[in-house]
Amino acid sequence: MHIDVLEKRWMWLVGLMVVIMLGTIFYTALANAVHPPSNVETIDSTRLHLSEEFAEDKLGVETMADGSVRVTMVAARYGIFPQHIEVPLKTPVTFRIATPDVLHGLHIPFSNMDTMVIPGFVSEVTTQFQFEGEQPMFCNEYCGLGHHYMWSRVKVVAK
Amino acid sequence: MSEQHRPVGLAMAHLWVAFLTFLLAAVLGLYQVAVRAGVVPQWDEGYYISVSAHGNIMGFVLTTFFIVGFGYYTANTSLKRKVWAPGLAWTGWLMMMAGVLLVVFALITRQATVLYTFYPPLTAHWTYYVGAALLVVGSFLWCVIMIVMFGQWKKDNPGKPVPLAMYGTTANAILWLWTATGVALEVVFQLIPLAFGWVDTIDVGLARTLFSWTLHPIVYFWLIPAYIAMYVFVPQAAGGRLFSDEMGRVAFIMLLVFGLPIGFHHLYVDPFQSDGYKLFHAAGTFMVAVPTLFTGFTVMAGLEIAGRLHGGKGLFGWIKALPWEKPMVLAGGLALLMLTAGGFGGVVNASYAMNTMVHNTMWVPAHFHLIFGGTVVIMYFAISYYLWPKMTGRALFSAGMARKQLWLWTIGMLIVTIPWHWLGLLGVPRRTAWVPYDHPLVEQWTSSQYIMVFGAILLVLSALLFIINLLMTHMNSAREDNREVEYAEPIHPVLNISKSLNGFAIWNWILLVYMVAAFAYPILQFWMLSGQDVMAWGW
Repeated sequence: MHIDVLEKRWMWLVGLMVVIMLGTIFYTALANAVHPPSNVETIDSTRLHLSEEFAEDKLGVETMADGSVRVTMVAARYGIFPQHIEVPLKTPVTFRIATPDVLHGLHIPFSNMDTMVIPGFVSEVTTQFQFEGEQPMFCNEYCGLGHHYMWSRVKVVAK
Repeated sequence: MSEQHRPVGLAMAHLWVAFLTFLLAAVLGLYQVAVRAGVVPQWDEGYYISVSAHGNIMGFVLTTFFIVGFGYYTANTSLKRKVWAPGLAWTGWLMMMAGVLLVVFALITRQATVLYTFYPPLTAHWTYYVGAALLVVGSFLWCVIMIVMFGQWKKDNPGKPVPLAMYGTTANAILWLWTATGVALEVVFQLIPLAFGWVDTIDVGLARTLFSWTLHPIVYFWLIPAYIAMYVFVPQAAGGRLFSDEMGRVAFIMLLVFGLPIGFHHLYVDPFQSDGYKLFHAAGTFMVAVPTLFTGFTVMAGLEIAGRLHGGKGLFGWIKALPWEKPMVLAGGLALLMLTAGGFGGVVNASYAMNTMVHNTMWVPAHFHLIFGGTVVIMYFAISYYLWPKMTGRALFSAGMARKQLWLWTIGMLIVTIPWHWLGLLGVPRRTAWVPYDHPLVEQWTSSQYIMVFGAILLVLSALLFIINLLMTHMNSAREDNREVEYAEPIHPVLNISKSLNGFAIWNWILLVYMVAAFAYPILQFWMLSGQDVMAWGW
């Protein structure tokens, strides 16, 4: 096979680019444990309202013994419940979210709180909010004709 | 090979279905941005039906029909032999048409507003899934014909390198068989039984995993014809040579091997796959950038040779010396430009952690409209401008109109996608009928929403010019004398070709091992989990 000297140089350059990009990703993932939501946890979506965790009176923000915060939410056509939540700034916040119906996706702009919500599964995301103020949380995956009406408010407050 | 053996009717039957539906989908695209921006009356259902139709046509109909039609013509003209089993080819066309009609029926009777990505547990009318299955199975007949013709030529020409255009086409046929298997499993074993009511529940995690198997390599199925044109038509049209035939083969092989086992970058924020497998697919995703970077290099090098042959001097002087008046050269340059911009957005999407900032936002359609709507479709235009005179024997109606059309397409695409990137960073969700959110953040979106309408108008104008030019070519009285399809010659003729660069057997085995590693456990795990099956839903 004939490989031109210019091609060889370009191959090295391409190889270097890939190594740098993947190196960064693997470093942040393995050394800093930066991962997208991947908890692989099932739930009976027809019985959310009867479950320990996602019954209506269990939803909302809870501060744990170690100072971290847990937010339990249900995404259902066409709303995100509770509709208003308040979470502390620069504190680990773990969201646990389930749905009784179809696919949804929840995203708070300017943050990495972005997860699909899949019927039959629980989504879990841990993040720390860096900016104070009220942000919207949108449903960002098509879930039906009222998809665009589905959103809620998240207020980030200084401790 | 005389002209009467050319599969002109067969190719035209495919290409015209591709382009007439494309025109309709372009108009639907304009409607969607207009609804979103609030410049036409809001109609929620109309918007989501339109999104479903736009995605289905652009992603499945335009692409599949174009690729199949172009493939028959490429096989015939590059191998210089008749299309094998034309009856089978026409059967494939009929099946694909039947599939399209069923999907159209489901969409316009408002029974399939589930987008082209299916999105179970939303459940459409059975015609939608059976139509999609027919389209895929019909295109599989094309795959078989391509592979048989590739094999026949090799048998008749032992030891000789298969022409690069046919090598790429066969790579694409094999890629498509591998690729479509994922969605075929989902449709046949999950969605059709659910739509008919044979089963009551569906495992959405499994369905999405199977869909992700198809969802990434399908873009290489769309892209490979564009790359074939970049390797064999662009340097030829520019008056240069192909820089390296063998690198082209390597690029097609890498697209086949690395394009497949990487679908989980579409599932980064899905909770039913573990982070280890997502990271594994992330690594492959960056590897598949390699063949694109090789292609960019080879095409640019071929263009530089042409520019210097035309008397271009200095570091950049060769660019000016290129024959930009030729639609193929202009399209090649504009395609590389949009590929670079879209590739940048893609690297962000592919980045395991950074992805969460933009996942499911407008950033994503911005990326794939540049790569697919930009790079791929503009090369489909250029291929058509080149082949129409060869096929009809009539000169292209207007090269000037073709140039204007290509520029309009590029400018329109940039005007649409640059604001989309910005909107994505501002958190705007994709695929929303309009913006009812009562929040101050929305004010920052407004200007971009108007700009995209302007871009979409340019795109529809461009699509119209394209169709008019082809139609007028059919009626042109000026003859086209040169009916030969000319493929670029490499600088270094390929004298000895290793078996691995002239066939696919070994690569299929490697791919099989890679696919088992990437997908076997992630699929089997759904039988180890329990309680996740859910019932069907409407919308």
